[in-house]
Amino acid sequence: MAVITVERKPLTFLERTYLPQIAGGLKTTFKHLIAPKKTLEYPEERPTIPDGYRGVPTLVMDPNGREKCVSCQLCEFVCPPKAIRITPGEIPADEPDRAHVEKGPKAFDIDMLRCIYCGLCQEVCPEEAIFLQNQFSMSGYTRAEMVNHKDRLYELGGTLPDAHFKWDKKKAAEEHGNTH
Amino acid sequence: MIAPAKPDLVTVNIDGKEIAVPKGTNVIEAARLVNVDVPHYCYHPKLSIVGNCRMCLIEMGMPAVDPSTKAAIMDPATGKQKINWIPRPQIGCGTNVSPGLHVKTLSPMVKDAREGVMEFLLINHPLDCPICDQAGECKLQEQATGYGRGYSRFIEQKNVKPKRTQLGPRVTLDDERCILCSRCIRFSKEIVKDDVLGFVDRGSYSTLTCYPGKKLENNYSLNTVDICPVGALTSSDFRFKMRVWFLKQTNAIDTESSVGANTVVWSREGVIYRITPRRNDDVNDTWLADSARVLFKAVKASDRLTAIKINGTDGALDVAVNAAAELFKSNSAPGAIAVVGSGRSSVEEQFLTRKLADALKASTQLVSRVGQGDQLLISADRNPNVRGALVTGLITALPFGELTGLGAQIDAGKVKVIVAINEDLAAAGLTSAQLTKVSVVYLGSHFNASSAAAKVVLPTLSPFEKSGTFVNQQFRIQKFFKAVPGPVGATDDLMVLAKLVTAAAGLTLPAEINALWKVIAAEVPALGTMAFANLPETGLLLDATPFAALPFAEGETLHYKPAQPAVAAATA
Repeated sequence: MAVITVERKPLTFLERTYLPQIAGGLKTTFKHLIAPKKTLEYPEERPTIPDGYRGVPTLVMDPNGREKCVSCQLCEFVCPPKAIRITPGEIPADEPDRAHVEKGPKAFDIDMLRCIYCGLCQEVCPEEAIFLQNQFSMSGYTRAEMVNHKDRLYELGGTLPDAHFKWDKKKAAEEHGNTH
Repeated sequence: MIAPAKPDLVTVNIDGKEIAVPKGTNVIEAARLVNVDVPHYCYHPKLSIVGNCRMCLIEMGMPAVDPSTKAAIMDPATGKQKINWIPRPQIGCGTNVSPGLHVKTLSPMVKDAREGVMEFLLINHPLDCPICDQAGECKLQEQATGYGRGYSRFIEQKNVKPKRTQLGPRVTLDDERCILCSRCIRFSKEIVKDDVLGFVDRGSYSTLTCYPGKKLENNYSLNTVDICPVGALTSSDFRFKMRVWFLKQTNAIDTESSVGANTVVWSREGVIYRITPRRNDDVNDTWLADSARVLFKAVKASDRLTAIKINGTDGALDVAVNAAAELFKSNSAPGAIAVVGSGRSSVEEQFLTRKLADALKASTQLVSRVGQGDQLLISADRNPNVRGALVTGLITALPFGELTGLGAQIDAGKVKVIVAINEDLAAAGLTSAQLTKVSVVYLGSHFNASSAAAKVVLPTLSPFEKSGTFVNQQFRIQKFFKAVPGPVGATDDLMVLAKLVTAAAGLTLPAEINALWKVIAAEVPALGTMAFANLPETGLLLDATPFAALPFAEGETLHYKPAQPAVAAATA
């Protein structure tokens, strides 16, 4: 094994006094004393969340306030840690607003102790019903508390603007009807 | 002299691959033999051919011959006989093979034709795959991916049709998804002979409906759901319950009658969601009765037995087996113990039952269940495995009528103990007074009068929770597998029976099915060459000649003709 001898230069006189180093350190200290602060008084102050942030997965309503999820269970299928669990249900034929949608989740649970915030559920959703939004902190005292149920998911998700209005179009087509 | 039957083979060329296929085979089936997929919707191997979906278009041609001399015309470029290709695509389902037929399934014309057909089929299709139950096993989905254009040029408004029409008690129709292949119509007409379905209106307004005043309510209606290539016909029971890609498939046998229809049990995490037929051309083709598809509801029924009871108090399995052994010991006079076996038990259970009866020197009987056969897939004998009991030697004569003989023996005070295996003695003809006179050791999965009266109750598994074999009416031994785990508290029938045999005779028999089969093969001559693991999926025919003289109850069903129709009719 080759040994490289590193030459160690002796300190100069100025270096031996330590004064330039002390002055340099104090300069940094005084600069930060008057500079605007970088930290936040969390939790009173909250950081601004950048676009595309992957926070807690949530379910969203369409602008008409109706649930978008049709419980196709693709998110349940794609979820790598199997955090999502859906019980599908039928929307009764006598429900005026959504009868033509036919299917919706009876129960929708996301276990936040399992979730890895990968965003595959959002990517796979054909109805654009599940989004990883800005919510970044989840806490609870029990395991059961860490499972987000359907009502909590809608509360977290709120309403997002919609570009398609798929079901409105479907209903319009149904009412217009290409009938004889 | 009768000449031996010549295999009438025809050599055809499919995508450059030569294959000899039987005469009368169509191009789709011939292509399947060389692993070439010809996409299709309306064609079904067990139904007549209509050729109305146009998806199976192929390019075909015949070797060229000189019209006058019949001499082959050679192609100087290749040195082979020239092929005269038909300039238009032909349907593969309606084209039977002929000698020298050449088929192209990958040519640009075929690709164009398939893309065109897919585009037309998708014009009015609602594309509601996230909602549709068929998603995952939908031919339209698969073939749109495999052979479609990949994008839509249709900007007009789609047709809107009714989405939840009830065609019958078990079938819901989504008209928008229907591609008018007419498989369901042909099935109702040709297989069930209950011609209730038909199309009304024309063009893109065509709609599947029942004839006025009729309903799709025959006992085979759910087969239309199976053969529907899209999600138009859906099972009202399975509708919106679970996506098919989550479900585990387990091969099983229908326990409804001695036909032994092959089935697939679809389950997820220990819950069964549906039962569908499994193709077996020698037994049930691709069909299954509706009544066979609801049998799984008994698995989660509230009257399941889940606690071992000894004189009414809960106990452990070994305590219960010891209590049964005490009963056996204190009634050791010959004929004091009777074993009531079951035609619903598997061959393995019947073998162990016979061993138990031998050890106890007990008389054995089976409970007879004879109903009306429907000449299709439900036979007159509603026990799935009476022939298994004959083969294993549990019984030598067929069960007939109620257990009156046993009842008389109880009244005479001869029989003191009855071991009932999954059979309700009260339903089989014993009175409650007779039941109080005897000590009953009951092995079964569900609560009934016998389990209520029994001294020792040993909860066992339902047919969906265990593996085994049944011998059907053709003497075909077929195996079924465990689809879901049994409930807590229930023990495998083989384990309970093996423990009882050990308690009665000190003889240790394996309770694991593969190990048990070694014993069965050694002791039952008819099964001597077999092992459970080696039984083929489509079953194995056993020699029926030793039992040819017995008056079986079955009448004619699909793929079964009774050997003695006169006797069968008399007993049915």
